[in-house]
Amino acid sequence: MATTYGRVVPHLDLDALRGKLIVIEGADGSGRSTQINLLKDWLESRGFAVEAFGLRRSELVSQELDQAKKSSVLGLHTLTLFYATDFADQLENKIIPALRAGFIVLADRYVYTLMARAIVRGAERQWLESLYSIALVPDAVVYLQVEPEVLIRRAFQKSPTLDYWESGMDLGLSRDMYTSFIKFQKLMQAEFKRMRSVYGFEIVNGNRSIPRIAEELRKKVERVVEGVVYGEITDDGREGGGGWDGGEGDVRGVGLGGGRGGASGDGGREGGTPREPREAPAAPPRDR
Amino acid sequence: MVHPQVAGKLIAVEGLDGSGKSTQLYLLERWLESEGVRVYYTEWNSSQIVRMATKKGKRRKLLTPTTFSLIHATDFGDRYERQILPLLQAGYVVLADRYMYTAFARDVVRGCDPEWVRSVYAYAVRPDITFYFQTPLEIALTRILSGRPTLKYHEAGMDLGFSPDPYESFRAFQGRILREYEAMKSEFCFRIIDATRPIREQHYEVREIIRNLIDLPTFMNAVEAK
Repeated sequence: MATTYGRVVPHLDLDALRGKLIVIEGADGSGRSTQINLLKDWLESRGFAVEAFGLRRSELVSQELDQAKKSSVLGLHTLTLFYATDFADQLENKIIPALRAGFIVLADRYVYTLMARAIVRGAERQWLESLYSIALVPDAVVYLQVEPEVLIRRAFQKSPTLDYWESGMDLGLSRDMYTSFIKFQKLMQAEFKRMRSVYGFEIVNGNRSIPRIAEELRKKVERVVEGVVYGEITDDGREGGGGWDGGEGDVRGVGLGGGRGGASGDGGREGGTPREPREAPAAPPRDR
Repeated sequence: MVHPQVAGKLIAVEGLDGSGKSTQLYLLERWLESEGVRVYYTEWNSSQIVRMATKKGKRRKLLTPTTFSLIHATDFGDRYERQILPLLQAGYVVLADRYMYTAFARDVVRGCDPEWVRSVYAYAVRPDITFYFQTPLEIALTRILSGRPTLKYHEAGMDLGFSPDPYESFRAFQGRILREYEAMKSEFCFRIIDATRPIREQHYEVREIIRNLIDLPTFMNAVEAK
């Protein structure tokens, strides 16, 4: 059964979520988008319906958030809350409906990036953990780690100028953008490393070639998604078995909110014999 | 949470619509000004940057209890980080027409987890004094509804589905809000003012409480030396 990191948004039935949530985290230039596109193609070729999620794409506040980001006048807590609004809007109107319909949701970043950015800028960890305790615990989280020196070269391949925020220029780490970029990315990586032990996600070496990374990701994702197609439907309509191995990469049962309950220790699903394929998922509502 | 030490004082008013709290805050502001106190007034839901998003969300009915809560928290955050906190640090007496307790009441009535809502606002300082203008439901309702106002969708709590009639919905909504305020009054040490009494009597009680709790001369602008 799906769980959250401690708090459940009103009117949400976690039991009804049959799809899988897979999160790919990583800096700009880590190959995130490339790998997500490859995963999407691969999943779709195998008959899975895929829904994409990404930050700053909510109907509610994405435009306003873009504007606020450009003017860079918002304080740390305000910007964090603005992002949280964007996240919650998409959680309720995109991620949850898609999971309910049995989709695989591929998330291009998730709350971890939002938390890491805010922590690096000085927000309290406890505050962030509680704020984002409404987030669903993903079925898998992969962090693509790439050396900052490689990231910066990839950034220049895409654009002639560095991004203000991805360079952490607002932090005043250095006046020159190159140094600021390297320092900021190192701080972010340190935070992700720390989060790895808290949330149990996997760090994938993103310095390697695209096909090699893709292959590793497919293996991880395959373990997660098998249950969606061949999961046994029990009497109460819930998934009883499947290919979930509950081992490496199992992020369930890790409490964001410091064990305040709710994030139950669903440490491993019982293995069941795969039987009937599940019915084809219905399309989730996309826009209201 | 660790809050920054501030030189100023924060005074908030809370209560139902129709409790007369805004009138009282206005009178308080006038009094403090006349005493020469450095005073600044701020009200709920007034941040320019977030306003557009809030308006759109309300107009197009995009808001769920959670996003309703978060977008108001964002608005609060902007006012807090760019006005309230710096003003307090600069030694002002800041008067807030509604503060985080309004969110605690409204968001919980809409179904949000009470502890979650409290944690969202945990980074912000608590007021030095919170006046709660306590009003029986019928009196507050009569004050608001006798003028046959046009109630906005969210203002009437229509999103909660109590009733398709805005007035009926508003009654039910305000009743729930009142219950939340009553449950919070001891948790957050509200100073209770009986809002059924004459306006002037209430105001003098407010003055008295402030004189006892705040050393006003500290916040007065320096008188020019002769």
